[in-house]
Amino acid sequence: MPQHSSIFSHSSILPIMFQTTLRSFSRASSRFASTLVVAEHNGETLTGGTLSAITAASKIGGDITVLVSGSNTASIAKEAAAVQGVKAVLHADAAQFDHAIAEELSSLVVTIQKGSNFSHIVAPSSNISKNFLPRVGAALDVAPFTDVLSVVDENTFQRPLYAGNAIATVTSSDSVKLLTVRPTGFEKAATTGGTGAVSAAPAAPAANLTRFVSEETSSSERPDLTAARVVVSGGRGLKSGENFALLNTLADKLKGAVGASRAAVDAGFVPNELQIGQTGKVVAPELYIAVGISGAIQHLAGMKDSKTIVAINKDAEAPIFQVADYGLVEDLFKAVPELTEKI
Amino acid sequence: MKVLVAVKRVVDYAVKVRVTPTGVDLNNVKMSMNPFCEIAVEEAIRLKEKKVATEVVAVSIGPKQAQETLRTALAMGADRGIHIETDVRLDQDLQPLAVAKLLAKVVESEKPDFVVLGKQSIDSDAAQTGAFLAGLLNYPQATFASKLDIADKKALITRETDAGVETLESSLPLVLTADLRLNQPRYATLPNIMKAKKKPIESKPIADYGVDITPRIQTIRVAEPTARKAGITVPDVATLVEKLKNEAAVI
Repeated sequence: MPQHSSIFSHSSILPIMFQTTLRSFSRASSRFASTLVVAEHNGETLTGGTLSAITAASKIGGDITVLVSGSNTASIAKEAAAVQGVKAVLHADAAQFDHAIAEELSSLVVTIQKGSNFSHIVAPSSNISKNFLPRVGAALDVAPFTDVLSVVDENTFQRPLYAGNAIATVTSSDSVKLLTVRPTGFEKAATTGGTGAVSAAPAAPAANLTRFVSEETSSSERPDLTAARVVVSGGRGLKSGENFALLNTLADKLKGAVGASRAAVDAGFVPNELQIGQTGKVVAPELYIAVGISGAIQHLAGMKDSKTIVAINKDAEAPIFQVADYGLVEDLFKAVPELTEKI
Repeated sequence: MKVLVAVKRVVDYAVKVRVTPTGVDLNNVKMSMNPFCEIAVEEAIRLKEKKVATEVVAVSIGPKQAQETLRTALAMGADRGIHIETDVRLDQDLQPLAVAKLLAKVVESEKPDFVVLGKQSIDSDAAQTGAFLAGLLNYPQATFASKLDIADKKALITRETDAGVETLESSLPLVLTADLRLNQPRYATLPNIMKAKKKPIESKPIADYGVDITPRIQTIRVAEPTARKAGITVPDVATLVEKLKNEAAVI
């Protein structure tokens, strides 16, 4: 076993103070760390997840370079350069990188890595990063860490297993560490204070394996689900898509986002990008209101780190009540309108 | 067209796992086929029913009991099975990179036109194997797929993104990973379960493949997540609003 992990394995039995000392010792040794953060954006601005990934990179230590890719992204590259802690920005301004096609994005990241030898490559956990990062891993013969929840030191991370029912502390001796990080595990980096210099990314060979045809995104006036301070979520108990209007009204009043359980998505009440859980999005808002949701293991995996959880369900035995700070056993069709009115 | 589908035996999705310092207790726990793999098998069989595919080969890596998982795939409609036998822990010690390298060997010998996997296994939750495999083979990939059409040696795939869905076009051969919404897997009927017993499963020790399966990621320890403090039941909406305003201070 490599030396760093044997140091760490002792730390579990050491008092907190020693752990901190050990941790800062390994931080100090991280002066050779250099991290590439692969940014995600919506065509106009960096995603909140990218800002969280930059925070994760700063916890690793060392210089942070951000990669911004896609056509007409000069303003986003500039925005990235201003983020607290960012030293440099690589800008790959080409249509080849639009729509984050895995084959093209991995070709770009591999080209950059072969020239720059970063010690870490970090991306926010998302369908984009889970799509391209293993492909980078295949090219570099490196195993990525998926959904990192916290950085213990530059070689050691925590990640969930079994729908978040077990947390593993993991390490690897690969020369470069590839990580996707859970945005809910890290604060967003400040968008000012950075002094990054923007330069053009090296040209990467086009893969030309997959052609983008079209996309359909559901536009919504409400805040982004993963970034919202309040999330109101509905399950099978809502009975129909029309009844989600009740939740929309409540969410609007709380300036929150609307989410759903898998049951509500599978029943066609709402589109799948609203799904919260092991196979959907992971949220950790200040307030999570679960309405007509039983609280299956797979759903809890996506919301149990919320600060305050409220459950409204007419079944007093529903497992959701075991994680709820405030439970109300009542018919949602009566309770939700009343709650909307009283807030 | 030949289809290869990879299936994994995991702890059943409904089981509440018991955490030990070295992992999750797998003794006397109900095991099943990973739900995303079931969807992958179903999609492969539908391709056969649409006469797009001529043969569906299911492959699984794992202990002797992985053969039960393969039998399930055969009972659903796969034609034959390949079992790569190993006793290492599938949730921690047999990792996606090693699995992808083994599957790449199977692809080399079987030469399928289409490879389908689940998007992630519900034990290690890595969501890596499919994209790894596509990368190793330099095939196009379609992960998190919710719809698939194959015609004229081309595939049209709808995949789930963070903001909605997108449609991609790829040539074959292709590696696809199945999302939940790709299809509704069928139940194996009793006659099909009986028939599946006669279908061939070729079993080979993992060592025969010449792939280094040493875990690249080492687990230092496994712990339960921090438990949430027990909450309270409020009698009515008015009390709930009062608590949210004054006690939790979140509204």
